[in-house]
Amino acid sequence: MRIEIINGRLIDPAQNIDKQGSLYIENDRIIALFDTPDHFVADTIIDAQGQIVCPGFVDLSTRLREPGQTNKGTIKSETKAAASAGFTSLCVPPDSQPVIDNVEVVELLKDKAEKQGYPQVYPVAALTQKLAGSELSSLYALKKAGCIATSQANHPIQNLLILRRAMEYAATHDLLLMFCPQESSLSNGGCAHEGAMASRYGLPSIPYAAETIALMQCIELIGQTECRVHFRGISCARSVSLISKAKSAGLDVTADVAMHQLHLTDEDMLPYDSAYHVQPPLRSVEDRDGLLKGVRAGIIDSICSDHQPHDIDAKLGAFPETEAGMSTLETTLPLMMRLVDLGHLSLSQVIAKLTIEPAKILGLNVGSLAEGSPADICVFDPKKSWQINAESWHSQGRNTPFWQELMQAKVTHTIQAGKVIYKEI
Amino acid sequence: MREIENLQLNAQGQLQHFLSIEGLDKALLTEILDTAESFAGISSQNVKKVPLLRGKTIVNLFFENSTRTRATFELAATRLSADILSMNIATSATSKGESLLDTIHNIEAMQVDMFVVRHSLSGAAHFIAQHVAPHVSVINAGDGQHEHPTQAMLDMFTIRRVKKQFTGLRVAIVGDILHSRVARSQIQALNKLGAEEVRVIAPKTLLPTDVESLGVSVYYDMEAGLKDVDVVIMLRLQKERMSSALLPSESEYFKCYGLSEDKLKLAHKDAVVMHPGPINRGVEISSKVADGTQSLILQQVSNGIAVRMAVLSMTMQHRRESI
Repeated sequence: MRIEIINGRLIDPAQNIDKQGSLYIENDRIIALFDTPDHFVADTIIDAQGQIVCPGFVDLSTRLREPGQTNKGTIKSETKAAASAGFTSLCVPPDSQPVIDNVEVVELLKDKAEKQGYPQVYPVAALTQKLAGSELSSLYALKKAGCIATSQANHPIQNLLILRRAMEYAATHDLLLMFCPQESSLSNGGCAHEGAMASRYGLPSIPYAAETIALMQCIELIGQTECRVHFRGISCARSVSLISKAKSAGLDVTADVAMHQLHLTDEDMLPYDSAYHVQPPLRSVEDRDGLLKGVRAGIIDSICSDHQPHDIDAKLGAFPETEAGMSTLETTLPLMMRLVDLGHLSLSQVIAKLTIEPAKILGLNVGSLAEGSPADICVFDPKKSWQINAESWHSQGRNTPFWQELMQAKVTHTIQAGKVIYKEI
Repeated sequence: MREIENLQLNAQGQLQHFLSIEGLDKALLTEILDTAESFAGISSQNVKKVPLLRGKTIVNLFFENSTRTRATFELAATRLSADILSMNIATSATSKGESLLDTIHNIEAMQVDMFVVRHSLSGAAHFIAQHVAPHVSVINAGDGQHEHPTQAMLDMFTIRRVKKQFTGLRVAIVGDILHSRVARSQIQALNKLGAEEVRVIAPKTLLPTDVESLGVSVYYDMEAGLKDVDVVIMLRLQKERMSSALLPSESEYFKCYGLSEDKLKLAHKDAVVMHPGPINRGVEISSKVADGTQSLILQQVSNGIAVRMAVLSMTMQHRRESI
């Protein structure tokens, strides 16, 4: 199978390319850029006039909800949504039901995902059994079965001795630890950022120290354990400076932020609208600005969807009793373009945060348009506007505060390993 | 900061639900106080009933226990000739796993006209108002740590009766502001009605973050905070504040933040003392002050009936007109 993408603006931050031209795919690989290879006859030609051609997006955290919570999402519905939004690689956190703490769940996930034929799915192993924070998971077997990293998701280990040992064990098997910093004694069941909004509406709140203290403890343990750590989904400006210091001190750490944290703050929340209930919570304007600065300076390496689809019931109730999380895959590209339009980042910078940077964190040979790379490609129209509604939306979870809003930028083609897995009709 | 979606007013700007002081203006708050004044006489008559809500069914839905608030709502409804059903949900449906919305829809199916709701979660009354049938009104009788607007209005009513107006008044609210829905409603109401200054007096552990943004000045020292105030509102201290390390002991709390006769002398000589009840004698207030000449605590309770009659009749009336 040979595909030629013509007339597009090719952007590949990994090679510092931003130029009009063609891209050539044979089987599952990119074989050339700009110049037609000898004897190349395309089976399919994609005309990308007025569009941007970039590497497929790599997501560090996508909840598929299967197994266990198919009322919220299925491997089919969510990988299809991911394909429609330009993603070609997805990391799946371990907090499914059952938890990804045994080889059977890994195999089930991989088999089902493969059958759907949408983006490549990379399971993340639970660091401890059942994510309970007491006994280690079989990380060697889980890695062999295909887990790309390990994590406790949003179930922080309470006991620092166990965290230390778990980090040592992960380091033994050279598994990346995706660490969501949260000290639960300080977050204390809260559901909103500790600030004026939570005070006014009487919402149980989460101070920034719940994140920064867990972050500092983990940084201290990295020195002792030599564990490779990626800080997943930070939300506070102070976390950015802590990570910056750790990097300056030579620690091998990386970090990401959820796309919605770069756009929304607690001041944007419509009080008691559960669509804004996320974990970590939407924080202050100063935090949002600090995160943007961190992304620009490269202290925050990657931007993540942190996709968490929910059914209607999960979001139907008084705010504190609703479940946290947004369905975000399909708003990622439009929100990415908003960062460019607002002048926060260049197009090339922001694409890097969703492609080569997360690929490097994971050690995957994707996220670039280099010759010989896997043909994982996203083609999108940066000017096309569309409305979020039942017709345009693919995820089973409609839990987004942007529902019914007009968005700009739309994926027209997603190619994964040389196969067109999404094409806009 | 975005404001809460205002469900309280109908297209004509009249009250159709009563969920929070936020979202209501001075004119409407004054209308509630004036209407309550017109009802206040009824309670002292021989026949304590008016036929305003005859044929209407009001359901008291209490997901949290309450004596005073529930009883005064029952009396208010009875004096307006409505039928009232009180349900203590804290010990029934939701403990069997029924969702809040299912509970509401089930009771709604019994052809009711109004819910009076108390719930332990902030935003619960607002959520219910979003989901009830269009002809049903919702009154918030306290939602989590958010608001308790009828309590605040009966406090405003009590203050206005004694002080005649709000202009120039200095009011101190003392105690557990952090967990208090009463305080949040009072602060909003006092500021809207034109009080000169609202002070909060509490240790840091019992104050919410950025409390100044609510429109108050903050005092950690009760002696300084009480100086020249016209109204002292004491809040109830829950016993569990000691076990969760917010305070060391009742006795230390009383020493710092309890209202004794000596401390009350620091306030204006005509200052009045209020408390939403139930009071903890010797913890937040001394018996001598609670039972003293400056105390309005029992008037607050009586006034609660008139204010709740006002709110019930106003919301029901406007609901009827809007159909």
